Amino acid sequence: MQPIEVVNIQTNDEPIRNQALEEARRQFQICNACRYCESYCSVFPALHRQRELEDGELQQLANLCHNCRACHYACQYTAPHEFAINVPAALAEVRQQVWQDNASPRWLARLFHRSGAAIAAIASLAFGLLLWLAQWQSGGDGAGFYAVLPHNVMVAVFLPAFILPLIAVAVGLRRYWQGIGGKRITLAHLRAAMGSVATMKNLAAGHGDGCNFEDEDRFSNKRRLLHQATMYGFLLCFAATSAGTIMHYLFDLPAPYSLFSVPKLLGISGGILLCIGTLGLAYLKTKADPELSAQHVWGGEMGFILLLFAVSSTGLLLYAFANSSWLPELLTLHLGTVLAFFVLLPFSKMVHGFYRMAALIRDEQTKTDG
Amino acid sequence: MSVINQNYDLVVVGGGNAALCAAITAAEHGAQVLILEGAPKTYRGGNSRHTRNFRCMHNSPMEVLTGRYDEEEYFQDLLKVTKGKTDETLARLAIRGTEESYRWMQKHGVHFQPSLSGTLSLSRTNAFFMGGGKSLVNAYYRVAESLGVDVLYEAEVTHLERQDNVIVSVEFIYNDCREQLTPKAVVVASGGFQADLDWLARAWGPAAQNFLIRGTPYNRGVVLRDLLNQGTEQVGDPTQCHAVAIDGRAPKFDGGIVTRLDCVPFSIVVNENADRFYDEGEDVWPKRYAIWGRLVAAQPNQVGHVIIDSKSIDLFMPSVFPPLKAETIEALALKMELDPASLRTTVDQFNNACAGGDFHPTELDGLATEGITPAKTNWARPINSPPYYGYSLRTGVTFTYLGLKVDEKAKVQTKQGSLDNLWAAGEIMAGSILGEGYLAGFGMTIGTVFGRIAGEEAARYATN
Ligand SMILES: Cc1cc2nc3c(=O)[nH]c(=O)nc-3n(C[C@H](O)[C@H](O)[C@H](O)COP(=O)(O)OP(=O)(O)OC[C@H]3O[C@@H](n4cnc5c(N)ncnc54)[C@H](O)[C@@H]3O)c2cc1C
Ligand code: HEM
Ligand code: SF4
Ligand code: SF4
Repeated sequence: MQPIEVVNIQTNDEPIRNQALEEARRQFQICNACRYCESYCSVFPALHRQRELEDGELQQLANLCHNCRACHYACQYTAPHEFAINVPAALAEVRQQVWQDNASPRWLARLFHRSGAAIAAIASLAFGLLLWLAQWQSGGDGAGFYAVLPHNVMVAVFLPAFILPLIAVAVGLRRYWQGIGGKRITLAHLRAAMGSVATMKNLAAGHGDGCNFEDEDRFSNKRRLLHQATMYGFLLCFAATSAGTIMHYLFDLPAPYSLFSVPKLLGISGGILLCIGTLGLAYLKTKADPELSAQHVWGGEMGFILLLFAVSSTGLLLYAFANSSWLPELLTLHLGTVLAFFVLLPFSKMVHGFYRMAALIRDEQTKTDG
Repeated sequence: MSVINQNYDLVVVGGGNAALCAAITAAEHGAQVLILEGAPKTYRGGNSRHTRNFRCMHNSPMEVLTGRYDEEEYFQDLLKVTKGKTDETLARLAIRGTEESYRWMQKHGVHFQPSLSGTLSLSRTNAFFMGGGKSLVNAYYRVAESLGVDVLYEAEVTHLERQDNVIVSVEFIYNDCREQLTPKAVVVASGGFQADLDWLARAWGPAAQNFLIRGTPYNRGVVLRDLLNQGTEQVGDPTQCHAVAIDGRAPKFDGGIVTRLDCVPFSIVVNENADRFYDEGEDVWPKRYAIWGRLVAAQPNQVGHVIIDSKSIDLFMPSVFPPLKAETIEALALKMELDPASLRTTVDQFNNACAGGDFHPTELDGLATEGITPAKTNWARPINSPPYYGYSLRTGVTFTYLGLKVDEKAKVQTKQGSLDNLWAAGEIMAGSILGEGYLAGFGMTIGTVFGRIAGEEAARYATN
């Protein structure tokens, strides 16, 4: 990698190390003189509140951007015009940089953000590990799943695999929060940000007709709805697991559960939503113009979507075939994908939810106190 | 190309706002329509893709429009800017059409937004397009497509063959081949001629070669000239164009809205000899930027140089390119390729003439110079707080006034009356209403109202 030296036009003397930030700054200077896109999303009003952008402010705007692409198709200055505006791509590049630079170790983040193959490899590795554990530990005396993998083995593997990545994400987020000048979070900020997430307001392009994704400038809510399915599906699955854990420890009700138990109802509905959502998002992604995103991470993003699909589809299969002779293989397959998902949490697209949430909270803060 | 062989009821020449309004309306009235757009798809939509709003009458608050802006006030505003050079019947027709057009636009995919930050003064009179003119154009192309309108891009119309009172054929170049169509009716909506610099230079003098064209390079007036050569009636003066002072670093074409510079009232402006040449503080900028287009055009090499200091840098909308910046006037002069000693003298003279008093950036504050010519009659504060900032100014042409004369049905006129099957809409006939001057948002008004009239009339004629 060669360091890139560009001369800063603002001060004419500071060498600049960061091409992605500089490109976003260049484009935003033009947007700030134009302002046509002011009503599409939260990015432009935040941009127009300031005249010059510090690096941290650019990173904040990048994470605020939902890549809805409305501003791109509406822009009179896209290539081949010499201004070559492409806000969604410029911000996607900055976003990637933030996510990768704030992860440690960075090289892992770089690898998994970029490479879908690496994600698949980790998933297979996790699957292999669990298969080996299962064989080694076979003959456990639990019922159902725990006959394949004893409960304490599962806990020994998954507790650290869940806690450690979360800590890693928290460390990165903290660094980001300090970099963008974030303040103490109040309940009002949090509530407003959650409201925006709950409806994915910024994927609706201001007027509510949705974003421009799979068919150039045609507005559609498909991506928004599929993301909702994915996100709520994921949250339901997460709730299912939590419910199971609570029932296990607090009420001494270990798995397996019946179809009409809380964990199963949550898990099955969540799994179905997640399957539909991820398949849909993957399909839309193949239709969208890659030039309006960070192109070098396309593979890693697709890998992330498919990993989520693998998590949900194997989970559903597991419910369906829990009483068959395939149980051990299905269980290890499902747990393998779940393990990979957790391990990759700090190093993959999965961080987007955390950073975007942080950006939405910060935006509420700047709206109220500048 | 299969499209070219079909029998169309109507061919629409051009692919901007007026053309699309005509095409959509005609298709909704049952006509088979073909749009011939000279630009490639990425640059479709002419000057309309650069717009941000249209001026709309309303008798009470209407969605994004505040207060009341009635027909009479609208018409009086028009009278003022055109100094009476308008056609009252056509003007009132356009104005009255706006209120209903607002709904029509919404129905066809246009979304409005409140007036943009920095443009509060227009919130009563002008409805802004969410995302700007290109999103409007995109929405209209989607609607046209869904109505079965065919579109050819990079199809430049070169000639409309007139026999007696009828246009019998449309000739155009497509894929390097000369093509011909014989539709029943034709709507021309191909804009003005400002992108033909040679034509501008013939009308204006050689200085025009140095002008920047704010909008599309595809409006070269080919069809306009072709029709004028075949005896259609002309309105407007070829030597007139709407020109404003814009950032001198703007691209030759298509720089659009962002190249405007709002800092002149807080500056001194000098020419290449580092001499001031006009009162920078005569009035608020929106009322003066068109005058400065002409003033700069009259300077050597058609450039001006704006100089402000750090006191004023945050008083105007941010510029598209960062200003030149230096710690001394001399250093700034070098960066601006001016003679440092001469600029020093001019600045010193100006500074010494500043009388002092209260400064109010948003109103005429009467803070004037004493004892220099030209005087600066408002906002005159000494340029003495480094860092200093510099911009260059050039003349940017928005549109030309020369056009086709039409009647209330948008029918193209000859000295002997109207042609049977030719209608015109938008910039190409705007001279019928706008003899001089300009009213922000009136271009889209004319295009929308007359585009719709032309589309309906043409469809009715062609499907009968
Ligand atoms: C920077 C800028 C900002 C503006 N902002 C506003 C605003 O906010 N509000 C407002 O009301 N007005 C505004 N105007 C004026 C406005 O753009 C015009 O009045 C309006 O767009 C004219 O619409 P039209 O359809 O007649 O022409 P255009 O939109 O210019 O369309 C002309 C079309 O004809 C095509 N064409 C030209 N020659 C040929 C040929 N020989 N064969 C085939 N096709 C051809 C062109 O490619 C183009 O598609 C602005 C103008 C500029 C330059
Ligand atoms: C704070 C909550 C969240 C926000 C604000 C958010 C926002 C977004 C946005 C704006 C996109 C589209 C742009 C892009 O691809 O970067 C996206 C994509 C995606 N999100 Fe989320 N998300 C959140 C939580 C989640 C959760 C919990 C999941 C599921 C685990 C999830 C899964 C996905 C997937 C699969 C994609 C598609 C990736 C792609 O197309 O490359 N998101 N998210
Ligand atoms: S993306 Fe283009 S149209 Fe939108 S604000 Fe920026 S420059 Fe203007
Ligand atoms: S892509 Fe969408 S969310 Fe991002 S800046 Fe553009 S309009 Fe805003």
